[in-house]
Amino acid sequence: MRVDLSWIDYLIMIIYFLFVLGIGWFLRKFMKNANAFLEAGRSIPAWVAGLAFISTNLGALEVMGMTGSGMKYGMMTTHFYLIGAIPAMIFLALFMMPFYYGSKARSVPEFLKLRYDEKTRGLNAILFAAMTVLASGISMYALALLMENVLGWNYNLSLWISALIVLGYTYLGGLSSAIYNEVLQFFIIVIGLLPLVFLALKDVGGWVGMKAKLVPIAISKGFAPDTYMSTWKYTGHASGNPFGVEWFGLLFGLGFVLAFGYWCTNFLIVQRAFAAESKAAARKVPLIGALPKMFIPFLIIVPGIIALVLSHDPGKGFVIPADASGGLNYNLTIIMLLKQYLPTGVLGLGITALLASFMSGMAGNVSAFNTVWTYDIYQSYIRPRTNDEEADGKHYLKVGRIATVFGILLSIASAYVASKFGNIMDFLQTIFSLISAPLFAVIFLGMFWKRTTGHAAFTGLLLGFLMALLHHGLTTSAGATSIVKGGWITTLHTYPVEMAQNFWTAIIAFGVSTIVTVGLTFLTKQQKSDAELTGLVYSLTPRTIVDKDLPWYQRPVGMAILVGSIFLLFTVIFW
Amino acid sequence: MVDIRIPIGLMFSIVGGLITGFGFFTMSNTEMYHKSLGINVNIIMGIVMLAFGLIFLFFAFRKKKKA
Repeated sequence: MRVDLSWIDYLIMIIYFLFVLGIGWFLRKFMKNANAFLEAGRSIPAWVAGLAFISTNLGALEVMGMTGSGMKYGMMTTHFYLIGAIPAMIFLALFMMPFYYGSKARSVPEFLKLRYDEKTRGLNAILFAAMTVLASGISMYALALLMENVLGWNYNLSLWISALIVLGYTYLGGLSSAIYNEVLQFFIIVIGLLPLVFLALKDVGGWVGMKAKLVPIAISKGFAPDTYMSTWKYTGHASGNPFGVEWFGLLFGLGFVLAFGYWCTNFLIVQRAFAAESKAAARKVPLIGALPKMFIPFLIIVPGIIALVLSHDPGKGFVIPADASGGLNYNLTIIMLLKQYLPTGVLGLGITALLASFMSGMAGNVSAFNTVWTYDIYQSYIRPRTNDEEADGKHYLKVGRIATVFGILLSIASAYVASKFGNIMDFLQTIFSLISAPLFAVIFLGMFWKRTTGHAAFTGLLLGFLMALLHHGLTTSAGATSIVKGGWITTLHTYPVEMAQNFWTAIIAFGVSTIVTVGLTFLTKQQKSDAELTGLVYSLTPRTIVDKDLPWYQRPVGMAILVGSIFLLFTVIFW
Repeated sequence: MVDIRIPIGLMFSIVGGLITGFGFFTMSNTEMYHKSLGINVNIIMGIVMLAFGLIFLFFAFRKKKKA
């Protein structure tokens, strides 16, 4: 499975690295205080923040995983880009962003502090900080392993060099540098993968050829002929589609709980919108991001579907290497496709695109980590603000920079732990990711119901998280072999596929959290006055329409209708 | 602050130019382009990137003149 690169491929990579570091270098002189470093001075134009918004999500594990899923599940994988993203992004833009941005909170945990209380913030801040370090460590490990196996690079060297480059530009230019580079990375990913899509499609006889060749494959697996090209059509029953999930699980589990939990409350993502130059710009950020988001499946999922076709055509000589347990290592799908079609030159571009996706994911984690650490942990519990605003700005800038270094070092450490005890790290990451569904319940109730109290929110958050943990510990999915897949207490229920288990874990976390928060709100007293909640709660915030003079396509509502229409169109076309 | 269109435009122009040049240089190498179904993707992608880069630079500098 070796891919051989030549001097021109390396040259392209080096030029890219120089630009990435150069952007950090140019921005360093603007980093005068913590506000500039950690919040980009709230000065980023909407289109830049919008592209960064989806680029952060487009990490290496996402790209590799989604191409692999395309090969495994076919067109149904696009659910992650349509129902699993677009409604949530529209909701975030129209209904949540005015309160997030308007509250002047610098992070999601800080919003919890303003809306509820200190303990709710503390709980969320600590879990979130741990999650970001684990996530970047695991993706770093995966990338270094890939570089070792495929390009023959030294594992330690690839790990440290990629970490040092990310450290270099985030240390110098902070969030602005991360965001600007994410935009560059977005374009590199798109252009780097473009030749692959065209060549692969051409090879299988275009769209029509691909569709025809999928028919015998679907029939041989016992599905209806057009299963691999359908998204909703065969979701009437879980056994009729390769996902193994029925429409309710998709709509409610993925489309509502998981998607809203991820896109509306994950600080990693919404931080990009917080950095926008105005409230109006912040509202547009998720919508600007949603437009390209809907087209990304053509770049990363369609090649995966073509890989499925190729693997059933012995004449193509296309093989996915096996993983340790003997099954196909689907994560290598994209790399094997690059090897199959791209000659020297564009091959370097494709590999650079993968490196870029890794960096955008990691820089996102690091820049979210240093903000939450500096503002929500250090400033809250270790050294509070003083009266001297200027000295504070300098002090917290220093802390933010040190946190950046520590965040990277912790990620490297967790990458090494992952290479020794991979399962345990994956397990921990799964556990921490359970926080997002309860968090959405608590933030949603907080924004739209002024009665919701701090005690109720804290308990709801904690119990929702613990119940999700319990569900994960008591259930497993068919064929699961490790604790990562659940069943680490005892197995009470076995889901047919892992995806169904994930959806139900999230649904239970959200349900418990909502019931507990609502119930306890009636039993506890509101500690915050209406005046304190102005700007944080829907019913207490005066609505001012400021975009009357703008053309329709520049207003959030107009853009939301455009995004929603394309979403519906795609849903119907690929039904 | 820095206009992000300048570094994006510069990078794509440089890499695009490089790949185009490499594509012309390797035009007779049919063995190399066997993988890509006989298409010289380097020339095509190189020109696409070059055009993309120049468009970004054009818009970045047009705005600068106005301001």
